[in-house]
Amino acid sequence: MNFDTLVRELLGAPDEGPLSSLPYARTLGLSYRRDADGITIIMPFSKDLIGAPNRLHGGTVAGLLEIASIAQLVHVLGREETAPGVKPINVTVDYLRAAACETTYAAAIVTRMGRRIANVRAEAWQGDRSAPVAAAHMNVMLVRE
Amino acid sequence: MTPILKPVVDNFLRFLPHVKALGIGFHGIGDNWAELALPYAEHLVAYPGDDGTPGIIASGAIFSLMDTVGGMSVIAQSKRLVPQATLDLRIDYLRPAEPGKTVIGRAEVTKLTRAVAFVKGIAHDGDANDPVALMTASYMFTAGAKS
Repeated sequence: MNFDTLVRELLGAPDEGPLSSLPYARTLGLSYRRDADGITIIMPFSKDLIGAPNRLHGGTVAGLLEIASIAQLVHVLGREETAPGVKPINVTVDYLRAAACETTYAAAIVTRMGRRIANVRAEAWQGDRSAPVAAAHMNVMLVRE
Repeated sequence: MTPILKPVVDNFLRFLPHVKALGIGFHGIGDNWAELALPYAEHLVAYPGDDGTPGIIASGAIFSLMDTVGGMSVIAQSKRLVPQATLDLRIDYLRPAEPGKTVIGRAEVTKLTRAVAFVKGIAHDGDANDPVALMTASYMFTAGAKS
């Protein structure tokens, strides 16, 4: 299991665009934007994302947070000469506010890059960056040749 | 399934558009547990296979399955459709789900308090003794809460 496809898509790609190579990312309707801080993943509202009435399903926000975490990790690893494979070990999501039926954003920081394990934190927000709707942390295994 | 729960479960699944979009369906329910099935589908893939072979489905899809089945186990234990929200949910991804296989999510309420339900679960692709993922979650009852 690896994110080679995502790596190929992000490395050398323009600074923004759809995440079109991953079917699951297409299902969520994700696109990305790259700036000085790294990668932001964008999930525009669509009715297929709804869980309870007038709220996004928690799983959509978790999927967004996981992909933002991996994308940021790939972005940071991209500076290495041979990028290792990445395998998610676990993810914990805290739901902080009800996610409304609108565009959701997520961005992550790599809190520690080890040789075998990377620790990543991510936040998802809607209108107000300082009022996140959910936060996640992930442990990711790095598979070096 | 007890007759009382059948309409409750049908409601629960029918009115969650994302559950329908992923193709999640009913698998079983008991006193304090619930099971849902996530059939293999191409639009769930996050790790495309080589040369058109079936790819591995996204961990995020398994997360959605476990979040949904966890909420359903809370309904099973409470015996009614209580307004609830996921407080936190942790998944350990033990191994990739085998391409082509249906993933079953099973969740069980460990403890129900007035405000919070504590839930544990597993996801497997045929053999419950060889799980794909482990889940630990808590759900908050939201009746009367502001958000």
